Amino acid sequence: MPRRTDLTSILVIGAGPIVIGQACEFDYSGTQACQVLKEEGFRVILVNSNPATIMTDPEFAHATYVEPITPYYVERIIAKEKPDAILPTMGGQTALNTAVALAEKGVLRRHNVELIGAKLEAIRKAENRELFQQTIREIGLDSPRGVFVKSVDQAMEFAENTGFPIIIRPSFTLGGSGGGIAYNIEEFRPKIEHALTVSPIHESLIEESVIGWKEYELEVMRDLKDNVVIICSIENFDPMGVHTGDSITVAPAQTLTDKEYQAMRDASKKIIRAIGVETGGSNIQFAVDPATGRMIVIEMNPRVSRSSALASKATGFPIAKMAAKLAVGYTLDEIPNDITKKTPASFEPTIDYCVVKIPRWDFEKFRGADDILGVQMKSVGEAMGFGRTFKEALQKTLRSLENGRHGLGADGKDPFNPADLDAEQKKELLETITTKLRTSRQDNIFYLRHALQLGMSVAELHEVTGVDPWFLHNIAQIIETENELREYSL
Amino acid sequence: MNAKLVLENGLVFRGTSFGAEAEITGEVVFNTSITGYQEILSDPSYCGQIVTMTNPLIGNTGVNDDDRESGRPRVAAFVVREYFDFYSNHRARGSLGDWLREAGIPAIQGIDTRMLTRTIRQTGAMKAILSVGDVDDAELLLRARNSPGMEGLDLTREVTCKEPYAWDDLDATPYALPAVDVDPTQTSQRHHVVVYDFGVKWNILRRLRAHGCRLTVVPAATPASEVLRMNPDGIFLSNGPGDPGAVQYAIRSIGELLGKKPIFGICLGHQLLALALGGKTYKLKFGHRGGNHPVKNLLTNEIEITSQNHGFAVDPDSLDRAQIEITHVNLNDGTNEGFRHLNLPVFSVQYHPEASPGPHDSDYLFREFLRLLREQAAVPAS
Repeated sequence: MPRRTDLTSILVIGAGPIVIGQACEFDYSGTQACQVLKEEGFRVILVNSNPATIMTDPEFAHATYVEPITPYYVERIIAKEKPDAILPTMGGQTALNTAVALAEKGVLRRHNVELIGAKLEAIRKAENRELFQQTIREIGLDSPRGVFVKSVDQAMEFAENTGFPIIIRPSFTLGGSGGGIAYNIEEFRPKIEHALTVSPIHESLIEESVIGWKEYELEVMRDLKDNVVIICSIENFDPMGVHTGDSITVAPAQTLTDKEYQAMRDASKKIIRAIGVETGGSNIQFAVDPATGRMIVIEMNPRVSRSSALASKATGFPIAKMAAKLAVGYTLDEIPNDITKKTPASFEPTIDYCVVKIPRWDFEKFRGADDILGVQMKSVGEAMGFGRTFKEALQKTLRSLENGRHGLGADGKDPFNPADLDAEQKKELLETITTKLRTSRQDNIFYLRHALQLGMSVAELHEVTGVDPWFLHNIAQIIETENELREYSL
Repeated sequence: MNAKLVLENGLVFRGTSFGAEAEITGEVVFNTSITGYQEILSDPSYCGQIVTMTNPLIGNTGVNDDDRESGRPRVAAFVVREYFDFYSNHRARGSLGDWLREAGIPAIQGIDTRMLTRTIRQTGAMKAILSVGDVDDAELLLRARNSPGMEGLDLTREVTCKEPYAWDDLDATPYALPAVDVDPTQTSQRHHVVVYDFGVKWNILRRLRAHGCRLTVVPAATPASEVLRMNPDGIFLSNGPGDPGAVQYAIRSIGELLGKKPIFGICLGHQLLALALGGKTYKLKFGHRGGNHPVKNLLTNEIEITSQNHGFAVDPDSLDRAQIEITHVNLNDGTNEGFRHLNLPVFSVQYHPEASPGPHDSDYLFREFLRLLREQAAVPAS
């Protein structure tokens, strides 16, 4: 299918101000999209309230509106510019939410504007938790087990069948208050009793928790001919429970066999089809139980995301650029591969290196902010490194963080040298570090090394942190090399 | 322990051993799959080949009993950038190094596999030697150059079964694709398929079985008359190693079976079928090995991401186009990936619809074969 000829002008929605969780990655994708659409001969109208972006440079669009990205302002732009279509998948959640609001208010219908990239129905299915989980179950995939209970007995029955930890979410309480997580039956009973009391309808959702499971992401692309390709797999160094934006992530996934990876690939294809993302890129997240391999679908972003920027850089496959072309009717086999130029884009990149991304935090600037990492993203940037081994990529990336460190070890910045400590001191220090490592914090990567230096085994460290033993063994190997180097002098 | 890989062009790669203490010659080839080293190593089609992975990190998931494509590793030798002995996967039963050592297969790690791959891409697949220990470079070069090449080599004799046997196993892992269309417990309904074993991958047998076939696997040199005496509903031609032109006896048998029974071929089976139909095959410069090859189905215009492993290819211009229709083409280099006979229930593909390792996009071809078997069963015997 060639480029659509029934469209002449397209409105691209940017991501607005730089905030934690939504930064320059959406300028990266939006700029690519504007360039592509312009090259293809469309009239490009851009709205982005952030003038400090590349996409708002005058040459990237025919008309640029530096206006707030709210339904009110975007509606006025639509009324003035009369675009044929809106591309809402390049500007993060802000753009997507604005487009949904405009569609729901009937603005798009009134002005005869088409949503391209993702249709309203697909966005709703992906973004609404219940609709999403329902869709996942309909296609035979697994999502976290959960049930609404109205009595302690019902809750206890669920706990017996599912095991701990269990997440408790009382119904209709303000901001989810009265909820929490229970790690054992002793904690569970009082918490569920409390939840049922505070809920105005005496009801609570209880769900199995996947905290501590392995976390994976797949970057998927689909075209109007229903071709689906996977661009990249990503494995999180930090287990489930830490926001992906605050996790160290690794591409490609390192601890999956082919059978497990293909199951994830098949699931991704099913999901993008069932949710109904017709064209473009999506990001799908999975949790895997390290003990049994049980795979659960966590969520999906029906748009380009932080991870697709990472996947683009990691593989050389420009996801946003391709997504823009797919949105205007091209199919993957009609677009040349950006690297080879000769072969089509309908392929799956393979790489002969390892990529590591490490978030950069700035808690010094946010005085009073709690540096414990959890489900809300706190990092303000990230660095990325390539290497032929995980160790090489990890060390390069740590250096690139510009926090004064030169990677793990041998940079003269360690707070202590294990050789200077006696057994008692080592024991005390290890206890302190172990306690610290039980919570996810910005500098844990450095303390993983210290724990190993002080004699903790990989198995114990895995138990404490949930980080996969494969990653921990790599850190142990870095320490081995460091110790070897210590034997020499210049 | 030190190990060396010496190519026939004189390049020497020095690394350390992580397999058996042995020395072996073979054709050195690269595979671009990111996952699936255990399936690759145990695929009999790699017989006689020294395989290197472009993915630099190997061994991470160990080995297990379910991810084998034959009883043991079949490659001549294995070459990786970094071998990882500390595996981490819930299904792992042991380390890759131990598995290779038990099978007597040498392996080298710590060499620049990117340079090796680029050399193969530029020069083409080469003869090479992998030696554990400290044998002199010049001596190794001589041994590499004096080793037999792939062309004209019938390697199927080394990997085919000795006696016919019945196959009844399904993929028992939770990752298995579902059985299709038929109730696999209903033995009486199953179509009887004779599988020519040129080095068959177990997942082909599992997929045929999952599609309701009752399977008899026979040695590569089984004459057509013997196969016909088994009165099968269809015939399957398997994958396998080496030069298709060297397996004349199989080409003859296939020629005799054409028109008598529905036939489906994969990989070497595809090449042998082409030769039996009067076509020609040729050696590719560096082959297709990996799990990311885009193939276009010319009948549906759909794209499949496919699993591939072949050093030879069918020349589509050599096929009689009045009888044969090209059905699949490789989007990377335009080479032939599949054809079907216009008048007979016969078709084949160059790539691996059974995946393992690789994507499942092409599983529909087993359904296609099943459809042919059903149609033929519906035709009254003449």
